Amino acid sequence: MAQHGIEEHSHGAGAPIQIRHARPKSTSVEDFERPSRFEEVWKYFPTDKLSGLDDAVYPELEESQFGLQLASGATAEFIDSTESLVGTAGKPEDRVSAAAWTNASRTLKVTLTGESTEPHYVKVSADDSAKAAHIFVNAEPHSQATLVIDHQGHGKLAENVEIVTGEGSNLTLITIQDWDSKSIHVSNHFAKLKRDSTLTHIVVSMEGEAIRIVPQADLSEPGSNVEMYGVYLADSHQFIEHRPFIDHNAANCRSRVAYKGALQGKGAHTVWIGDVLIREAGVGTDTYELNRNLLLTDGARADSVPNLEIETGKIEGAGHASASGRFDDEQLFYLQSRGLDEQTARRLVVRGFLNEIIQKIGVEEIQDRLTNAIEADLEKVL
Amino acid sequence: MAKLEIKNLHVEVTTDNGNIEILKGVDLVINSGETHAVMGPNGSGKSTLAYSIAGHPRYEVTKGEILLDGEDVLEMSPDERARLGLFLAMQYPVEVPGVSVSNFLRTAKTAIAGKAPALREWVGEVRGAMENLRIDSSFTERNVNEGFSGGEKKRHEILQLELMKPKFAVLDETDSGLDVDALKVVSEGVNRAKEGSDLGVLLITHYTRILKYIKPDFVHVFVDGKVAEQGGPELADRLEAEGYDRYTKAAS
Repeated sequence: MAQHGIEEHSHGAGAPIQIRHARPKSTSVEDFERPSRFEEVWKYFPTDKLSGLDDAVYPELEESQFGLQLASGATAEFIDSTESLVGTAGKPEDRVSAAAWTNASRTLKVTLTGESTEPHYVKVSADDSAKAAHIFVNAEPHSQATLVIDHQGHGKLAENVEIVTGEGSNLTLITIQDWDSKSIHVSNHFAKLKRDSTLTHIVVSMEGEAIRIVPQADLSEPGSNVEMYGVYLADSHQFIEHRPFIDHNAANCRSRVAYKGALQGKGAHTVWIGDVLIREAGVGTDTYELNRNLLLTDGARADSVPNLEIETGKIEGAGHASASGRFDDEQLFYLQSRGLDEQTARRLVVRGFLNEIIQKIGVEEIQDRLTNAIEADLEKVL
Repeated sequence: MAKLEIKNLHVEVTTDNGNIEILKGVDLVINSGETHAVMGPNGSGKSTLAYSIAGHPRYEVTKGEILLDGEDVLEMSPDERARLGLFLAMQYPVEVPGVSVSNFLRTAKTAIAGKAPALREWVGEVRGAMENLRIDSSFTERNVNEGFSGGEKKRHEILQLELMKPKFAVLDETDSGLDVDALKVVSEGVNRAKEGSDLGVLLITHYTRILKYIKPDFVHVFVDGKVAEQGGPELADRLEAEGYDRYTKAAS
């Protein structure tokens, strides 16, 4: 386990120096090269599987492909993507995001008002040819809500999700990737947190051939709090990538990032790149990021890179931890010696390992789905 | 009446320098209700015996037998052995992050008994056993062995012994690292487990002090992977006075 306080990171010899916030932003596809492994941003992703998501022109999802299930306290409508609201939470930093941006002529705008304990759902389906989608989530000041963006079925999807949390609001946004095993999904989330608001951002990546989620949070007003959690299961020949980025650009903000994944089978590959930037204005920042991976079998690979850039010394705390470990034979023996058969023991250990994140989800239906997915995956291995 | 028989047991472990034989022909017979103390200096193979009985994959039995009521235990996985009635209280119990003690105990009991225990009675039984072992009630919400002190780990092992009700229990240096008060509490737990049943106990220890609280019927002195001498409780008194020098000199 690598655990550090405040310190600068050196990068591997020969690696190009990439400063996360210095990346060019543009909504125009032409401003970016085609993704290739020579770019840090696409270094791990199997770009041969992009299936046209990096093309300049392709269709967007039909309105009917957004299944809305909203409880009271939420409204949704399609707006023209040229409206000034679109782009206020962030702008693309890579070609696929820019392509999705350009090709989505309409944006699904979800407005959250009031206080609701019941989760709202947007159920997204896609299809076999490349499609673009754009969702804008606006949590009004002092609102409290949980919104689930649930991706299921088969599809090739490039998606941008903008999130604005109004003053004093408290939003939990859960994105679920529960596709079939041949689906490709690239999604960029841009969150802008207003003063004293809280965003709990949860990524649940269960199934897909190649999944890449890049959530970023812009903390440029004081007193805001972002918690980013992720849980993922990678099977044989699945690629799952998460690149959370927290930009501390105001005083007294807090961030927590915790992602945990279980991998199994030949060619299972996960990537976690966690970037935290504390700018000069980020005095009193309190941040911690963590990634842990549990490798259940041989032949799986987990890349995990935490990056912390600090431009002010006046912070509350900053740390990170990252570790990837194999399934522990001693744990297995201990549980077996208590009468649990190997499968029950493995299930208990994996479930226990992921439990910290599963508990954060807080929506029982999703927790159950995830538990079932874990069990189904474990059956394959034994 | 049940019987645990260990016959001419030879056990090897694989190291970087090849296979090393640790147990070199161990014979032991333990009947229900009996308490056997296995004593010996460090490195004599006491813990290897414990792990071999429980079925740890690191230990390879090259010769000999372990039989429980005539059934060949060596053919069984660790969980099958546990379900048959063998229990190992470990010297170094491992952490299981994210799994609460209450979930763990219930899952283990279900596995051993073959069905889930009736909830109300089970909760009462766990609470009673915890009170006896002076374990705080908040303990059940903690993750298994995570952040436990040495004493808490040992109490948790004995708690499982009391709740799982095995036929035979191997206690691997349960006394190590315990202060006198904790040693008493843990020993009382073992004695309670024996009183309510015909539990057979194989008590593995380096020191004689636990034998003040748990009275052995038989004492076996282990040296260099074999039983060097056996006798009644008086043998423990002699070890207390003389130490292991006599045996280790003879062996070297």
